[in-house]
Amino acid sequence: MNKAGERLYNGIIKENPTFVLMLGMCPTLAVTTSAMNGLGMGLTTAVVLTMSNLIISLLRKVIPSRVRIPAFIVIIASFVTAVQLLLQAYLPSLNDALGVYIPLIVVNCIILGRAESYAYSHPPIPSLFDGLGMGLGFSLALTCIGAVREILAAGSIFGFRIMPDSYVTINIFGLAPGAFFVLAALTALQNYIKNKRKLAGKDYEKIQSGCGHDCLHCGESGCSERFYDNTNTTEEAVKDAAKAAAKPQTAEDDLETIDLDKEDK
Amino acid sequence: MDSVKDMLLLLISSSIVSNIVLSQFMGLCPFLGVSRKIKTAGGMGTAVIFVITLASAVAGVIYKFILQPLHIEYLETIVFILVIAALVQFVEMFLKKAMPSLYQALGVYLPLITTNCAVLGVAITNVQKEYGILTGIVNGFATALGFTIAIVILAGLREKMEYNEVPESFKGMPMVLLTAGLMAIAFCGFSGLI
Repeated sequence: MNKAGERLYNGIIKENPTFVLMLGMCPTLAVTTSAMNGLGMGLTTAVVLTMSNLIISLLRKVIPSRVRIPAFIVIIASFVTAVQLLLQAYLPSLNDALGVYIPLIVVNCIILGRAESYAYSHPPIPSLFDGLGMGLGFSLALTCIGAVREILAAGSIFGFRIMPDSYVTINIFGLAPGAFFVLAALTALQNYIKNKRKLAGKDYEKIQSGCGHDCLHCGESGCSERFYDNTNTTEEAVKDAAKAAAKPQTAEDDLETIDLDKEDK
Repeated sequence: MDSVKDMLLLLISSSIVSNIVLSQFMGLCPFLGVSRKIKTAGGMGTAVIFVITLASAVAGVIYKFILQPLHIEYLETIVFILVIAALVQFVEMFLKKAMPSLYQALGVYLPLITTNCAVLGVAITNVQKEYGILTGIVNGFATALGFTIAIVILAGLREKMEYNEVPESFKGMPMVLLTAGLMAIAFCGFSGLI
């Protein structure tokens, strides 16, 4: 059970997908207009992540590595569809609030990243807890961001007004620009901590972006997190891709490319 | 004439008023990642227009003629994502063989687009809003056009910002996000347009 606890700690604190790895930014920005929406989105993602990690881990000996990415996508998409139908039936208000972002959980970097980097190579129970830990970490992060935005924009949290009546609400934080500003502040804070650790000579690699963690699809896709690695900038990635495209390929290379492209999903 | 007017309105509302990146946060990854130079941003934008227009056409046809007659609309997410992945792959192979010059221009960006949640997002939005196939295509084109407008503007701003002095912690990503936030405010100004 120690292992399970370690996975939970890892997902929630040490490698928190939003605050440390900076993965899955689209839903983070889009649905955190209030703490409630953030929590709903986080828990929905957590359910999908836990279940897909479990199933992928159970099937890891059956899925050939060459077609693993399409297989992952089908498994993830099935769970997303199931969760969406459940939400429609039991929590229609949340379903309306999250709208198109529920099906978009399929393309969330976190889920495919965990499947690829953890579930496919580890036994079911740790994978389950890995998914749960990551999912809870994601929920926690979204709820925090949602709460900050809700307090600034409406002076309330989970719908309860907590600020005094004299507090003047800053509506813009509830709108699209506010999301960018909150995230900018968040990444600036992360940079600040990173720089400080660097100056202190500490191991700042630990707080590096998702790409340091074998998040395969970040390698050549247009993921924002790649941005944090000064070594592998987008411009370089584009050049790499150009090189790869220019290189004459054997049939097997072609298959590999197909694999890689699916990964990008 | 009414339908032409509707299409024009849709074109404006999807591309500018509810801009996909700045008000819906889809396709953020390439928006932040490939916006260093205007030239690459333009290339990316063109590729996105190409792929999204094509994908919304294909997804619309599949939804209308396969999913609806069989009453399996609930499979849309699975079907769309696989179709889009296969489509991008296919477009890449086709361009490589048939139109090498176009491939030279767009090929590099195509693999980057597969990650783009905007493609899936547009396909699903088309279905949710019950657009017909043609309206769906127009919506897809307009959305992608909005993406291109946003990414080219951001790239232009970033080129100017290269030489500015920025506080240490705000270097890189935070500054880009702040810029994007200011752009989002500017685009909010269009919201009363339609």
